[in-house]
Amino acid sequence: MEVSSDKEYIYSSTELDRYEGQVIEDVKASSQESIPDPDAWLEEELSRNILLTTVDAIINWGRRSSLWTVSCFPACCAIEIMAIEGPRFDLSRFGMDILRASPRQADLMITAGTLTWKMAPNVRRIYNQMPEPKWVIAMGACGISGGIFRSSYSVVPGYNKIIPVDVYVPGCPPRPEALIHGIRMLQRKIARTPVVPDLPELPLKGKQE
Amino acid sequence: MTVALSGKEIASQIEEKYPDSIEESGQDSLVVKIDSLLAVAAFLKDTETLKFDFLNYITAVDYFSYFEVIYQLTSLEHNHTVIIKTRCYGRENPEVPSVISIWQGADFQEREIYDLMGINFEGHPNMKRLFLWEGFQGHPLRKDYLQ
Repeated sequence: MEVSSDKEYIYSSTELDRYEGQVIEDVKASSQESIPDPDAWLEEELSRNILLTTVDAIINWGRRSSLWTVSCFPACCAIEIMAIEGPRFDLSRFGMDILRASPRQADLMITAGTLTWKMAPNVRRIYNQMPEPKWVIAMGACGISGGIFRSSYSVVPGYNKIIPVDVYVPGCPPRPEALIHGIRMLQRKIARTPVVPDLPELPLKGKQE
Repeated sequence: MTVALSGKEIASQIEEKYPDSIEESGQDSLVVKIDSLLAVAAFLKDTETLKFDFLNYITAVDYFSYFEVIYQLTSLEHNHTVIIKTRCYGRENPEVPSVISIWQGADFQEREIYDLMGINFEGHPNMKRLFLWEGFQGHPLRKDYLQ
């Protein structure tokens, strides 16, 4: 780059002030007209608010996008739950970072850890207190089968002896990624659930025998 | 650091007051006869030079022919410690006197031993299972326990 000799490169403060003043003058000159408010779409209200879908799809979308977990973590897999809750794995991305202290406000139970027979009635009670629809993820080896404590005199060999389980996540403990994968699988399962349950068949007169 | 007192030394002190109360004594522990356990425990706690005022733990071992109950005692004042043991024979209803009247901390530990080993602590005010539930069959830490 060539430097012309007649250009002064050491700016004086007077010159800087003048440059600054020019910027302000330019902004002022170009801002005499007010910018229109972004409300033009208000006119076309109806056309923007019609969403064509099925009831199943929209309800299942709502259900799977805000799974609230009940605080029922009997053992050490709960440490991984803490990691998943935290900023690195960030469960908020799935709309489910809220751990409910009351089972009546929850629809998901993540069974983090070994379950003893002494604790089993309480876990079943918590499950029964959760409102329908509800789901269960069996987390870790102990949740699936009792793990290394399977043959013990005091351990329940798998949560599915106590409550129905939707998704099994293996590992001891499972990595947060594994649990997130399990949650994604549960969300896919929920998406395929029929919202209207199958009604029991009405007793017909001809069928009664 | 806490000094581990020699079992032999303590045993000779006990023998002076309660003759024929020690079954055997070694470098790191001494075995007290079950009949004189309470008297020896009170002596260990109250003697000015020993003053074992803190019970670290109680545990039990199943040796098939007998059960051994082990107590580790510490004196917070003199900063020394000792291990005493006692033996009870018979598998049907083994009984050991409870030391709850001397060290209050023995409460839950004696209940745990009763729960898992089936040793009955005589004189315990609330001798029932601690971890397992009422109605559980057997005592699972016994060597002959089978599911």
